[in-house]
Amino acid sequence: MSQAPELKAPNKAISHSTLGRARRWSWIFQRVSGALLIALIAIHLTVNLVRGDGINQIDFAFVAGKLASPFWQWFDFTMLILAMVHGGNGMRMVIDDYARKPWLHATLTWALRITTVVIIVLGTLVLFTFDPCPANADPSLLPSFCEDFS
Amino acid sequence: MWMWVVHRTTGIAIFFFLIVHVLDTALVRVSPEAYNTVIGHYKTPLYTLIEAGLVAAISLHALNGLRVIAVDKWTWALRRQKMLVWWVWIGFAIIMIGFLPRHFMHAFGGA
Repeated sequence: MSQAPELKAPNKAISHSTLGRARRWSWIFQRVSGALLIALIAIHLTVNLVRGDGINQIDFAFVAGKLASPFWQWFDFTMLILAMVHGGNGMRMVIDDYARKPWLHATLTWALRITTVVIIVLGTLVLFTFDPCPANADPSLLPSFCEDFS
Repeated sequence: MWMWVVHRTTGIAIFFFLIVHVLDTALVRVSPEAYNTVIGHYKTPLYTLIEAGLVAAISLHALNGLRVIAVDKWTWALRRQKMLVWWVWIGFAIIMIGFLPRHFMHAFGGA
């Protein structure tokens, strides 16, 4: 019988109190957010691409009509946060798997962090500072309820 | 193994689309004209096909994600995980058969 090779430098045990806990939360988050995103995106695609006039109906008036309602503002906000964190977390796993050189790993990780924060901040600002009836705009491009204000 | 590749590639593709999608929607804050001009490109034949690909990627990623959750959670699903791959593709086919005619009629049929 051949002998098992002697382990000269066994890997260090991973600290489950810190790294383990972070990975566990990332694992749970990925599953919970994924399930929620299925419902949110199914509704998003049905309302925007399937019902009514589909892709042809999408213009400023359509989006402004939706975002004038707090329901759609919070719906889109929830979808934005969950999708960016879910996608960013997934991209982090891909970077961890393939970017082995330390400088490449650091560059990609920081690029991902910055992109995720910038997109979440930009999207949130647009959702909550948006004016569906901007002054001086061509009235024919605005939602019909804007006439009541002019 | 192949579903793992499908999950990764669709996930990465959706992530990059998401960035572009937030940026194009942000144009509603610039002006109605700017938004309508850019979103008009989504209505061209090339983008119609890209949107069909996007819906396909999201459907596959969603259904396979449910399979991953089931396999992690229940032993019966772990035992039948290969059969569940077939259910992912059947569910995907049903969604696409429902979505594609409607989408192409909107985009190409002038309906």
